[in-house]
Amino acid sequence: MIAEQLPILQIIIPLLSAPLCVVLRQRQLVWAIEVAVCWVSLACAIGLLVQTMDHGPIVYDVGGWPAPLGIVYQVDPLAALVLVIVTSVASVVMPYAPRVLEAEVAKEKHYLFYAALLLCMTGLLGMTITGDIFNVFVFLEISSLSSYALISMGPQRKALMASYRYLVMGTIGSTFLLIGIGLAYMMTGTLNMVDLAERLQGVESSRTIRTAFAFLTVGISIKMAIFPLHVWLPDAYAYAPSVVTSFLASTATKVSCYLLLRVIFTVFGVTFAFDAMRLDTVLMPLSLAAIFVASTVAIYQTNVKRLLAYSSIAQIGYLVLGLSFASVTGLTACMVHMFNHALMKGTLFLVMGCIALRLGSVELSDMKGLGRRMPIVMGMFVIGGMNLIGIPLTSGFISKWFLIKAAMEKDLWIVALATLVSSLLAFVYILRVVEVAYFQEPDAETLLKDESIAKTPLSMLVPTAVMAVATIVFGVYPTLPVTVAQQAAEMLLWGGG
Amino acid sequence: MNPEHTLAVAVFLPLIGALIVSTLGATPNLREAVTLITSGALLAIVIPLLGPAMSGEQPAINLVMVLPGLPLGFKLEPLGMLFSLVASGLWIVTSVYSIGYMRGHDEKHQTRFFTCFAIAIAAAQGIAFARNVFTLFIFYEVLTFSTFPLVTHYGDAAAKRAGRIYLGILLSTSVAFLLLATIWTWQLTGTLEFTSGGILAGKVDGPMVGILLGLYAFGSGKAALMPFHRWLPAAMVAPTPVSALLHAVAVVKAGVFTITKVVVYIFGIDLLRNSGMNLWLCYVAAFTLLAASLIAITKDNLKERLAYSTISQLSYIVLGAALANSWGVLGAGMHIAMHAVGKITLFLCAGAIFVATHKTLVSQLDGLGRRMPFTMGAFGIGALCVIGLPPMGGSWSKWFLALGTAEAGQLWLLAALMISSLLNIAYLMPIAARAFFLPSADDGDHEHASKHAGGKIREAPLLCVVPLCITAIGCLILFFAGGEIYELLQPMAMVTEVSP
Repeated sequence: MIAEQLPILQIIIPLLSAPLCVVLRQRQLVWAIEVAVCWVSLACAIGLLVQTMDHGPIVYDVGGWPAPLGIVYQVDPLAALVLVIVTSVASVVMPYAPRVLEAEVAKEKHYLFYAALLLCMTGLLGMTITGDIFNVFVFLEISSLSSYALISMGPQRKALMASYRYLVMGTIGSTFLLIGIGLAYMMTGTLNMVDLAERLQGVESSRTIRTAFAFLTVGISIKMAIFPLHVWLPDAYAYAPSVVTSFLASTATKVSCYLLLRVIFTVFGVTFAFDAMRLDTVLMPLSLAAIFVASTVAIYQTNVKRLLAYSSIAQIGYLVLGLSFASVTGLTACMVHMFNHALMKGTLFLVMGCIALRLGSVELSDMKGLGRRMPIVMGMFVIGGMNLIGIPLTSGFISKWFLIKAAMEKDLWIVALATLVSSLLAFVYILRVVEVAYFQEPDAETLLKDESIAKTPLSMLVPTAVMAVATIVFGVYPTLPVTVAQQAAEMLLWGGG
Repeated sequence: MNPEHTLAVAVFLPLIGALIVSTLGATPNLREAVTLITSGALLAIVIPLLGPAMSGEQPAINLVMVLPGLPLGFKLEPLGMLFSLVASGLWIVTSVYSIGYMRGHDEKHQTRFFTCFAIAIAAAQGIAFARNVFTLFIFYEVLTFSTFPLVTHYGDAAAKRAGRIYLGILLSTSVAFLLLATIWTWQLTGTLEFTSGGILAGKVDGPMVGILLGLYAFGSGKAALMPFHRWLPAAMVAPTPVSALLHAVAVVKAGVFTITKVVVYIFGIDLLRNSGMNLWLCYVAAFTLLAASLIAITKDNLKERLAYSTISQLSYIVLGAALANSWGVLGAGMHIAMHAVGKITLFLCAGAIFVATHKTLVSQLDGLGRRMPFTMGAFGIGALCVIGLPPMGGSWSKWFLALGTAEAGQLWLLAALMISSLLNIAYLMPIAARAFFLPSADDGDHEHASKHAGGKIREAPLLCVVPLCITAIGCLILFFAGGEIYELLQPMAMVTEVSP
């Protein structure tokens, strides 16, 4: 039955298609394969989500070797949700890619680009689906290496430097992860996460395990760009090709967040992480700092892609804040926001791609009067911006709602108020862009740059619109992400019920 | 059509109107026809709701269950009925006026203007009929955003600055306080439904009542309680029809409506009165209404003076609600309607004066009464209504508010009300008086001026003058309709009298 093989198909299809792309080379053909693969992957992910919601978690032994000897793939609602996020973003971004890629990446490199993108997606999916912690590291490296390559293909030379900085930081992060895994293996002799969780019971007070926990947490935090380990992110997002930014911003940090949830809650367990190691006293202040510092920095950016990158750091702060409550509502907030942030940042970065194609720049000063020249695209920017602020009827509001409720449940009034106030910072940086685009008349210089391409191609407009509409739909009917997230949160906290 | 469906239609009809209007930019006449038809249709479907509302029915409908136990839905109750009626009735009048004003001025972006206007009305209807705080909050924000393009209509530096203040204050208060209060209430009670007698009784007590009330009161930034009142004078850069409908009726009334509704249906007036925590809000409101009146006297710009007058009058309503007794709540509810009609008359007059003479300062209006008798006459009537003198509608609401302060035993508050009413006379009546009794200041030659002015009547275009005459007559009618409004609102205030 194909339904039983879905977990492996989820990984194997994109993994094998990547070398196929390199062999075929022909630009249009490669792109067509890519789109098909993404859509098939999306179908797999949805299938997995439906199965887990109906019948509970799926355990799949790769190659028929049962755990703890072999590698298992494990799909619970949380993993399925993340799989859906990654594949659906990819499915929307792929049709969008070719036009903007022509403008940003040399044509002869396109097949490499597509291959790297597929590998990156494979890595992200693999990290999500696997139940083996060493396998996580392998997939993390696959996704990281391919994303370094992808970022370095950016149109400006600065992309190389951005990619290099990410490489340095990312390598430190994955090395930390490996050290952590090694220490944990030393004490328990297993790499399977469920097995690991059981065997940790006896030895968790040992210094080795505490060190392992610290290495794992910090390592993942670097990949996730938790403040103050975020320094690689702004440049990487700002100088990468538009497609890459849209894809990575919506997926990579989410998968890292997923990994953090897995390690903290599934492997080490909430009592160890929060009662023994007091993780909340570290994460909560850091997340608040991330929200306020990064939002404030975002206000002063002149490059809108950079602005959005800083906004991402702030949004990651919200994810971590939800996680640090270690309550069902808090984790729900975290996961719902994972989903919603993918949508909203996806929308905004896709909009940036459209603007970059038309103007050849995403500098704020070049966007004067853009509201009249690109009304639809800017309209979608406004929708995405309202999501970031958390205006009701957008999905961002739902995230904020759960986050504040979680803070109140713990009687953390200051945190609740701070969360609300911080959305006003988002309002300020979005308003800055809106004011320039709608209230300033374009000057002659910006007008000259304009008409290289007269209209935003439909192939880019439609995917962007799909994302924008999705943010509204999931703001009005948030049932799907909320139910999945709630179920996943209960599982993480109280074990696989 | 069932009443419950009517509620939903009342919200969606203006939205559909907005959608159609936005596509008709090329044919202005058709576009304006759609606006007028939509506004007429809206009133026509809202009026039949009076029947069920008067008989105490509360038909309700859910549109979407956004989160478990948290529907987006509507419910009919007396206060919302009144607000909806006022907003939809005055929308027709203002639409006619807007057409005259916008064309008379040859304004740009008229399609955007009429579209946003209709969306704002839809939001006002949504606020009026919201069945829970959540729905109300959503439409409250829709109203904020849909009016932003109206406030910044001219797109120049002044408009941009005003837009920042407008959006900045309204959004930050609502997000930081109102949303917090909403989620807090949900956390305490597990529901946000507007329920007769309130939902918070027994869930919260002591100083917490005061804090929650404060979050709601200041969170409704549209009520312009000091120190969050700056947005209202700033918003006066908007074209006058916007100031008239939105900043005398829909937007500002949405703020005080929220406060009144929360006091009556979330706290329950018994809880609030017995906690004693309502008094500080009374004092804040009393301070605001006095201070704003005093500031209004100093303003020479007519629209700015009216803006401060509005701030003052809004605090009358907040005071009435905060008194938390039946007279106070009744007075508050009534004043929402009375002040709306009175103040819109004044704004429409200010706009008509601007269209006809391009004058914006009070000191320029000497002798204008002979040139624009209808406009200035209507201004006088509107002023009397806002001050609260018979035979205008405003006298009833101020009467009940005064009764409310007396019932609460707060003589200082009563004194504040009276002093402020005197101040109202001091800043509103001279405008009408100067226009009629002083010689025109236009020409140096006094002889010539009076002859010149006495001879000709040169009013603003008919489309501007007729609406303001209608609202002026409305002020008069409301005096005689006081009994009906009292009956409509009474069930809302009755709640207290049931309990011992």
